[in-house]
Amino acid sequence: MQSTADAFEDLRKDFPVLNRRVRDNKKLVYFDNAATTQKPNQVIDAISDFYQNHNSNIHRAVHALAEESTEAFENTRDMVAKFLNIEDSREIIFVRGTTEGINLVAYAWGRDNVKEGDIIVTTEYEHHSNIVPWQLLTQEKKAQLKYIDIDDNGELMLDQLDDYLSTGKVKLVTFSHMSNVLGTISPVEKIISKCKNAGVKVLIDAAQSVPHMKVNLNEIGCDFFVFSGHKMLGPTGVGVLWAKKEILEKMSPFLGGGDMIREVHKYETTWNDLPYKFEAGTPNIADVIGFAKAIEYLEKIGMDNIRNHELELTKYALEEMKKIPGLTLYGTKEPEKRGGVISFNFNDVHPHDVGTIIDKDGVAIRSGHHCAQVLMEKLNVAATNRASFYIYNTKEEIDVLITALQNVAKVFKL
Amino acid sequence: MSGDPIYTEMIIEYSRNPSNFGKIDNAHIHQHDANPLCGDTIDLYLNIDDNKISEVKFDGHGCAICMACCSVLTEMIKGKTLDDVKKFDKDELLSELGLEHLVKTSPVRIKCALLSLKSLKFGIYSYFVDKMNDSESAGNLNEEAANLY
Repeated sequence: MQSTADAFEDLRKDFPVLNRRVRDNKKLVYFDNAATTQKPNQVIDAISDFYQNHNSNIHRAVHALAEESTEAFENTRDMVAKFLNIEDSREIIFVRGTTEGINLVAYAWGRDNVKEGDIIVTTEYEHHSNIVPWQLLTQEKKAQLKYIDIDDNGELMLDQLDDYLSTGKVKLVTFSHMSNVLGTISPVEKIISKCKNAGVKVLIDAAQSVPHMKVNLNEIGCDFFVFSGHKMLGPTGVGVLWAKKEILEKMSPFLGGGDMIREVHKYETTWNDLPYKFEAGTPNIADVIGFAKAIEYLEKIGMDNIRNHELELTKYALEEMKKIPGLTLYGTKEPEKRGGVISFNFNDVHPHDVGTIIDKDGVAIRSGHHCAQVLMEKLNVAATNRASFYIYNTKEEIDVLITALQNVAKVFKL
Repeated sequence: MSGDPIYTEMIIEYSRNPSNFGKIDNAHIHQHDANPLCGDTIDLYLNIDDNKISEVKFDGHGCAICMACCSVLTEMIKGKTLDDVKKFDKDELLSELGLEHLVKTSPVRIKCALLSLKSLKFGIYSYFVDKMNDSESAGNLNEEAANLY
């Protein structure tokens, strides 16, 4: 019998890029998974296979190739629905990624439902993609954007949500399921139950959660749910927006064009059924089909196993990093409350310098503001370093990171 | 890590102890700039007397490359005439720190290195527009700054 760690190590053979040598012939240690994950052969091959054997547009022609590609594309929609425990796959809308999904909601739902004086609530640890669309909307509508602040432990101060909700003006509460910088997992149940009691809609940015833990949308009870395929082994350019059918049916369209229409006349048009009403133009067919293989791959491992594997790595990394003098760790100290994302600073060495120096040892992390400048302001730093883990990472790789960090201390004579 | 092409003694030293670090109150020229990719920010302050840079300071947050380049740039331009500064080329700055190779090897880090020069050129540009009514010089500087990297 293989141990669990061995089983995960065994996955590495499916990811050709993990064999790369970089810089000075150093083994690649890829810890930038919160930005995008690597792709297994199964996904890469499915995309090649589509272009080599089935390439055709979908939902239109009646020839053999068109039927094959339409079936493969729609099959992915059914798989996504099953993966999230959604009964009706017509509620799954394919978009380019989380950013487009949130913009779709802000534009199509927001413009019809948010009026002057209304309030949209977001949080201090959001990615820019869950801030800027709401700034654009609230500015246009003369509405207000409010923030739930974070405490010293990197957790949301939910009392503030109560205050906002008590005004009776809140139309939407929108927050990330897991912070892309701190790794904090938001208290989803508490937030949703408060919002439901107040009759307020909820959007969850799940870009950092769906790839790493089991999500049952049937139980969560939010109204909008958005995530990206490329952060979960899938190709770039594929994302998912889920919303309840009743909401989607009442919403105005986002982009106008082919496929989203029922009938077009010179001066008026009727909309196509769900989900096509929100999928104007030729979609990213090959990558959606490739995404199906990513879901299949993750389901085979099991989302609970993935969560446990990352929790093990995170606990180990936190323990080892605590031993390095001068290293500041951000976010909650309780590994169970966070995902496999660790943000840190090293004395006063700028994160770019840390990133460049450890890159020489083959270690790929992210240095910068992580598209979360509101949070950087709160933490009172210009930038942080971020190591983020996924299924193929190992404890040995964390050891390489630790040694590389010790090199930084040498270079800067700390 | 000996012989590191970026993190030389000089760069580490400048980043630890930057030259001309601070503010000038009511400076003749105050230019703020940021690198949107990485969040480095700098403020450059210049006083001009007799068409010469009589005083220069900078402050901000940036990586070692950014801080070292700001330090060296401010050292190099102090006392120079505006004409000298107009002609000042990025290679002069980069070679002072042995960073010419960044132009080819690191399209990302070159932005850290040249943020200071970009701010300087934009700062002088506004000075030519506002104070000297010299739109030709201003135009050239603006174009140069915008295309620096």
